[in-house]
Amino acid sequence: MSVSLALLLTAGVLIACGVYLVLERTLTRVVLGFVLLGNGVNLLFVVAAGRPGTPPFEGTAEPSEMTDPLPLAMVLTAIVISLGVTAFGMALAYRAWQLFGHDEVPDDVEDRRVLRRSRRRSGDADDLPWSQALSEEARRGALRRSQEPGRPEDPLGDDLSGAEDVPQDATEADEGEARPVRRPAGAVGDAEDPDGPDGSDGPEDRDGPDGAPTTGDPAQAPGAGPAVETDHHHRDGRGEA
Amino acid sequence: MELLLALPVVLPLAGAAATLLLRHRHKVQLWLTILTLAAILAVAIALIALVPASGVLVLQIGDWTPTQGIVLVADRITALMLLVSSAVTLAVLLYSSGQTVAENSERTPVAIYHPTYLALVAGVSMAFLAGDLFNLYVGFEVLLASSYVLLTLGGSASRVRAATTYVIVSLLSSVIFLSAIAAIYAATGTVNMAMLAVRLDGLQEGTRMVLELLLLVAFAIKAAIFPLSAWLPDSYPTAPAPVTAVFAGLLTKVGIYAILRLETLLFPASQLSNLLLAAAALSLVIGILGAVAQTDLKRVLSFTLVSHMGYMLLGLGVSTRLGMTATIFYVAHHITVQSTLFLVAGLIEQRGGTTNLARLGGLAKAAPVIAVLFFVPAMNLAGIPPFSGFIGKVGLVEAGIAYDRPAGWILVGASVLTSLLTLYAIAKIWNRAFWQAPSEDVVANDHPVPRVMTGATTALVAFSVGLTLAAGPLMTYSDEAARTVLERTPYVSAVLGDEAAGELHYRIDDAGEKVVER
Repeated sequence: MSVSLALLLTAGVLIACGVYLVLERTLTRVVLGFVLLGNGVNLLFVVAAGRPGTPPFEGTAEPSEMTDPLPLAMVLTAIVISLGVTAFGMALAYRAWQLFGHDEVPDDVEDRRVLRRSRRRSGDADDLPWSQALSEEARRGALRRSQEPGRPEDPLGDDLSGAEDVPQDATEADEGEARPVRRPAGAVGDAEDPDGPDGSDGPEDRDGPDGAPTTGDPAQAPGAGPAVETDHHHRDGRGEA
Repeated sequence: MELLLALPVVLPLAGAAATLLLRHRHKVQLWLTILTLAAILAVAIALIALVPASGVLVLQIGDWTPTQGIVLVADRITALMLLVSSAVTLAVLLYSSGQTVAENSERTPVAIYHPTYLALVAGVSMAFLAGDLFNLYVGFEVLLASSYVLLTLGGSASRVRAATTYVIVSLLSSVIFLSAIAAIYAATGTVNMAMLAVRLDGLQEGTRMVLELLLLVAFAIKAAIFPLSAWLPDSYPTAPAPVTAVFAGLLTKVGIYAILRLETLLFPASQLSNLLLAAAALSLVIGILGAVAQTDLKRVLSFTLVSHMGYMLLGLGVSTRLGMTATIFYVAHHITVQSTLFLVAGLIEQRGGTTNLARLGGLAKAAPVIAVLFFVPAMNLAGIPPFSGFIGKVGLVEAGIAYDRPAGWILVGASVLTSLLTLYAIAKIWNRAFWQAPSEDVVANDHPVPRVMTGATTALVAFSVGLTLAAGPLMTYSDEAARTVLERTPYVSAVLGDEAAGELHYRIDDAGEKVVER
């Protein structure tokens, strides 16, 4: 079977561009990538139909001279299907934009949980400047912070799964530690805290309620919600005294 | 009589259209849906009675020649799958009717739920009945498109987040499937499966392997076989309980069904059987380790689902008659049990307000009915002796032993280990959710569970116990199904006639070896 090189090359280019776009991080580009991919694959069907011939109407020509209509019929079906699915993908991207302000494809829940846990255990995660945290997420966190000036920096929690109504349930491994919270609002949050009595961020401010130094102690790791709460009260009391 | 084959596809599609038109009348919509699903169940029962008597049933839509037009084919496996899936879908729908009443219904878009659910059922039936690859693709697309909508019902943040991954992965598998069809058409000039069985036999080994791998990857993503399974535990648990139950029970099994057809009808006893066995072992072990590590009930169940797909792949990989028999039996068992467990997870969520095991406790005393409803399918899943899970696993382990190669013994070890670890995961759930002192959530959240939901779950538990009681006849039935599938000729001669069946090059003998006939 001889095939058209032009068709094959076009299909190859379309599929290559499609794969590149699918590897992107935002859903809109991924959907566009699938449009290109689908078109490339549809061209493969046209290649599979073989040499072009006369129109396949019964009685107009010998069947051997006609174009094979079957793959073209399949292409029509595939086009209709991809139309519907693309519409759904666009709607999904729009809904994600409504909810989160962007349509980036989220990380795996479990990956994030492991990351959060290891950071809490290592204890000094919050001391890292945002540029040294995971670059992608940190970049996004900085972006968000620049848009909402009142919001404390959150290099870890600022993506889709950081949204308010995404459940972040406690797991077994979290037990024995403080209740997990979404947002490690440690030292940086304190620094921006307008209620802070003295505004300074000296080392004595980082003491827990029991006087134990926070840094280096996993149980009192930054981001532990209740600990931060009591920390505030403690400091407030000390400030008044 | 052959017209019966069209009904499992046509009825739910017509029902979907009608329920969409009647979207403002919830009661009528609900009853129409129940009626449609009950009718499909009746058709499936009729088919399972008819098929053993008359062999393979074939319906040529519009009387086109089978190689050009659409054919629907039903053999014993199809009939069994249709029966189990229609029973499960009916029970799940009844269950969800109770849940929509229980939840605040103005936030749940009921109007969309019923038509989409019926479209999903139509897609599943079409995939089971499809006699050509392209129709199988369309069936997959119908069920996937419906599943996107069902997964995003309500459009909350967690569901949109989960659906994003799910949609992208599913789209990818669809594109791979579509390009595989294009390649197969270019190589053979047909997409009819019976015709393909004849023509693929004549291709070179290398071409065959490329085509088989393309299809295998597409189906394995849908069936959530290990290296391609990461999307499943991340997306299923966020959906409403009945939706997850249907997804877990049916969608992955449609993938396994497609792999079964691929490995018997299209590429009998291929060179890839070692790959299948490796994927099976990895699915089994890694899936169950994931389940052990989880503390959310729905996530534990999702990981056991990934793990137990390995059992079915084991039987397909050894491709002996015993292995096929056990696989067919196990698919029927697993659809029922996995759906039931997700429904029970929904009951637990309804009663305890959460599925997080760290926040549950004392349910055995607070809700003894739920405890019993959980205990029976859970023991069934772990393969504790009287139940059907045990029978299926014994069959698979026997097949692994009879295979008598290192791969077979490794798989026997992996499946026994997985069975034990499943029991451990189940015991952990039981220990934390049902024993111990009642947790604050359970005490505070004292909603009564609607009787419809408990009733529907009980019906499914009874169905799974029924599978256990009827295990003897069912095994005989599966054995007969495995024989026809491995012989290949009954399928091909029913669709194309005896002459074409005579052109088949290979068949698989009872020991799983490829026999060259011509």
